[in-house]
Amino acid sequence: MIISGKALKYGDNIDTDVIIAARYLTSTDPAELARHCLESLDPTFSEKASSAILVAGKNFGCGSSREHAPLAIKASGAKAVIAASFARIFYRNAVNIGLPILESEEAAEKIKEGDQLEIDLDKGEIKDLTSGDTFQVNPFPPFLQEIIERGGLMNLVKERVKSH
Amino acid sequence: MGMTITEKIIAAHAQKEKVIPGELVQVKIDLALANDITAPLSIKELEKQKIDRIFDPDKVVLVADHNTPCKDIASAQNVKLMRDFARKYGISHFFEGGKAGIEHVLLPEEGLIAPGDLVIGADSHTCTYGALGAFSTGMGSTDIAASWVLGETWLRVPESILFLYEGKRKPFVTGKDLILFTIGKIGVDGARYCAMEFRGSVISELSLDERFTMANMAVEAGAKNGIMEADSKVLNYVSGRTSHLSRVYQSDPDAQWREIIEIDVSSLEPQVAFPHLPSNTHSVYSIPKIEIDQVVIGSCTNGRMEDLRMAAQVLKGREVNPRVRLLIFPGTPSVLKQAEKEGLLRIFLEAGGIIAPPSCGPCLGGHLGVLAEGEKCVSTTNRNFLGRMGHVKSEVYLANPYVAASSAVAGYIAAPDQI
Repeated sequence: MIISGKALKYGDNIDTDVIIAARYLTSTDPAELARHCLESLDPTFSEKASSAILVAGKNFGCGSSREHAPLAIKASGAKAVIAASFARIFYRNAVNIGLPILESEEAAEKIKEGDQLEIDLDKGEIKDLTSGDTFQVNPFPPFLQEIIERGGLMNLVKERVKSH
Repeated sequence: MGMTITEKIIAAHAQKEKVIPGELVQVKIDLALANDITAPLSIKELEKQKIDRIFDPDKVVLVADHNTPCKDIASAQNVKLMRDFARKYGISHFFEGGKAGIEHVLLPEEGLIAPGDLVIGADSHTCTYGALGAFSTGMGSTDIAASWVLGETWLRVPESILFLYEGKRKPFVTGKDLILFTIGKIGVDGARYCAMEFRGSVISELSLDERFTMANMAVEAGAKNGIMEADSKVLNYVSGRTSHLSRVYQSDPDAQWREIIEIDVSSLEPQVAFPHLPSNTHSVYSIPKIEIDQVVIGSCTNGRMEDLRMAAQVLKGREVNPRVRLLIFPGTPSVLKQAEKEGLLRIFLEAGGIIAPPSCGPCLGGHLGVLAEGEKCVSTTNRNFLGRMGHVKSEVYLANPYVAASSAVAGYIAAPDQI
């Protein structure tokens, strides 16, 4: 699958409180969460999100276990998150709910704000169409690849339940 | 090559002789918990998928502690959803109202955790139970929902980092200061994906409450779990509380460590983590005068008896500075009762403090003490991220209960020997 979008750059340690503040967590509605996604860091995020690919530094998604964080990003219309590294709970949550995440220190460093990006998820390749650079991404382990291909963890669980 | 405590617990739950860091394994779980913020997503996910099977209702724990006592209609609906779910599946470990407390203070107290257990929770501070020699880690709502159905989850076996604490602690240096200092030293991603094992003579001397504080904040260094050996203090604590078997593990002498970090605590002073990262640590004696508006004492990090005793020791016979609101959140109803019995509540009230119900409330800027623009708060909680406790232009300074209480008296950030 190929996805494309414009790079929106953020720094290191973007935490889940910044991605979606706790005061909005009484809602589980993705559209409502998306309206407040990243608002404390970038009040205009929700307006520009729909064509965006987030590009951030290290430890993206650190902090709370709130799955509302990747849900909010996904519902904002943002296509994917590229980061130098991800915090572990966010990483699991993103895989489970089907938000594409890509880990590449080099891409996180070299991609510039506003660059037009094209990602080939199957090949694990990020193309920066503005600069002409291509980045190879650390691949998912096969088990996680399976979760992604089935469209999220719960589809796997459903199959296990049926086969019992 | 030997194994660490973390590897041994994971191996036992994966029914394997040995596991190695980096390996992905399926493990049986002993307990899976969620709260009133995370459980609704898990429950709705199961309903959406039309899955109506729970592997073992006794291994599911639901705690209404974040937006409780319910702050608005939406949070009341969320707790109702949990309550209905608990009734439908016969989940006995559902805690609300006067039975509820802050989950990570409550579960050990209720005897739901034993050494050697493997516990997962839809809350990042699930790592707290490592203080009892259990493997415990935070996950999201979907992972927890899946574990409720299957009774298992997948884990990547983490590399372990060994932290050795030696030396003699100065006055007012607590478990909170050890962990803040450690996070300051290695950074908020210094132990990303790793197990942090805490050991040394200083750890042995720490009270259990202080050990909970340390394990609790392992996630603030990016760790998957924090863990300590279950010694006699732990076994005394769990005996009489828990009905299930303690499995006590120690790391082998030839266990493999990613790194061994030795910390001499002798020169360590009480720590204050400045906005907006728990790693922005300073000695309380080295900072400029910072006037404050609010002090919060409580949370899953510092809401236990020892913490309240530390605060009371400072507040006894003193008054809170008129510019400061002092909010005290005992972690559970039992902690509250014990504080009453020991006369601590009177000390807090006479000092001008507010006693709040056991709740996560202000820690995450949920309710019961949210900050306005420009306000500064000294808090015994675990995170000082941008906007964490309220307005995006408010500031949170993390500290131990001694420093929090003395700051409430001084009106600016201070240690007990500075007021």
